[in-house]
Amino acid sequence: MNRSKAGAIALLVVVLALLPAVVHSDYLLALCDTAGIYAIVVMGLGILLGFAGQLSLAQAAFLGIGAYASGWLTTHLGWSVWPSMGAAMALSALVGLAVGYPCLRLSGHYLALATIGFGIITQLVLINWKDVTNGSDGMGSIPPPAIGSFVFDTYGRYYYIVLVAVIVCAYVAWRIKTTRVGRALEAIRENEIAARATGIDATRYKIVAFVLAGTYAGLAGSLLAHMTKFISPDSYSFDQSVVFLVMLIVGGSSSISGAILGAVLLWFLPEVLRPLKTSYIMVYGAAVIAMIVFMPRGLIGLFEGVRARFARRSPEAA
Amino acid sequence: MSAADQIAAAESGLLEIRGLVKHFGGVTAVNALNMTVRAGDIHALIGPNGSGKTTTLNVISALYRADGGSIRFDGAELVRRPAHAIAQMGIARTFQNIRLFGDLTVRENVMIGRHVRTRVGFVGALLPGGATAREERETRERALELLAFVGLERTAGASARSLPYGDQRRVEIARALASEPRLLLLDEPAAGMNPAETDALVALLRTIRDKGTTLLLIEHDMNLVMSVSDRVTVLNFGQHIAEGPPADIARNPDVITAYLGGTLDAA
Repeated sequence: MNRSKAGAIALLVVVLALLPAVVHSDYLLALCDTAGIYAIVVMGLGILLGFAGQLSLAQAAFLGIGAYASGWLTTHLGWSVWPSMGAAMALSALVGLAVGYPCLRLSGHYLALATIGFGIITQLVLINWKDVTNGSDGMGSIPPPAIGSFVFDTYGRYYYIVLVAVIVCAYVAWRIKTTRVGRALEAIRENEIAARATGIDATRYKIVAFVLAGTYAGLAGSLLAHMTKFISPDSYSFDQSVVFLVMLIVGGSSSISGAILGAVLLWFLPEVLRPLKTSYIMVYGAAVIAMIVFMPRGLIGLFEGVRARFARRSPEAA
Repeated sequence: MSAADQIAAAESGLLEIRGLVKHFGGVTAVNALNMTVRAGDIHALIGPNGSGKTTTLNVISALYRADGGSIRFDGAELVRRPAHAIAQMGIARTFQNIRLFGDLTVRENVMIGRHVRTRVGFVGALLPGGATAREERETRERALELLAFVGLERTAGASARSLPYGDQRRVEIARALASEPRLLLLDEPAAGMNPAETDALVALLRTIRDKGTTLLLIEHDMNLVMSVSDRVTVLNFGQHIAEGPPADIARNPDVITAYLGGTLDAA
């Protein structure tokens, strides 16, 4: 990473850190918190689809597993929040391993179908395993996290937990992308046969990517549970998995900043379109289609294209 | 060394294929093939179209699973090992239909070739200093050295897909060499190259051999085969019909029949 890029990221982090000082609406802060949480889910999907080229439509299921694991541990077993978050991530990772091991022998459409099946099963379990999940009524009274006597019980305070989590997740994804593991994943995406002949154990690396995607979603689910304090199964549907996929594609699938950007943009787009009332979903759909058609490499691809054009026009500036 | 020992040394190869069989449905692509590749040779595998050359290479590198027989590499059995394990044992390859990591840069392609010679995993990736940084730097430097070796140092930052055909073949060779293989398999390395590029390729192959890597190559360009090979094996209908130095092969009546048409029975 060069110095100007590092500087731009540092500046962005400072601006983002100051946001709660300017934004006082609880509603807007809740939206910001959720945008960050969704950015984590989409970054996880970016590792799996963007880096390794494997399509999963089960991110919402892993989000649900993380949310319910964290909710159950804190409300039923009385665990405090931080270890519950760790446990929620660990459980999502384990489920990712158990599901990924058989599924990643499949490829392309078959893999996508298998993950859809897993996602639907997970949602059915959340609805019907009433002893644990409280079924369709949802699980409430999930406590907020605290450090000592400081409780993160407002959206403004919670924002900082989310911000730190997004930064850590982005850092991990960036380190993976720029070292040997990330190159192996990209090799699998580009040409799996050549990757295998180069000595890359493709099945193992695909499972690693699947587990990472699940872990990211598990963390995000836990963050969501302790933010909203109430969870119910309808948030973890196949439709929601599709939304995460669209967020990634719109942002730019193999780029970490693209994943974040896509998640934030598509999360806020309905808010911007709110004045359109009921016809908003039509405009939203059309906007998404237009973005995918006209920006096949996502928003990040668009930015890079513009930057490259400027670099060509003004060679003396280079 | 006695004469008997010398013969024994020459007979024991780096790669020994015995009774290799590969079917595709009802078609027998490789039929009880025996073949020995001696350490330090440039060994050419030739034969008419459909004679099983590429299939043989694909079975050696485990992209296809053998239906019978044995392949020993420095004494170790390869059959039933997965492709990545065979690469880890020191066998690298290039492809007839070029298989580069197209969206990645030329340098990244060669860095990926270092995979089996490097160690940093998930945990190492998260610890940016020390061993990780050192290995990353070495991988990058080694890739640039190899690109210079094949004459592509200027295109290191270009996307692999954007290169002309002949250059893409050389990137594949650099990527394969990055794993420091003991045996390099080349499937039609000169295909699509012009005469000047082919001459450069011949020199490159000789240099690779002289640095201690054994080469097994499939090639249709007979001038290249005759000039570069130490030994030639000829296949027809998945079977070995001749093996020897290039000059002998060129005079072998079975080989001439196979290439000019007709059946082996008629020869």
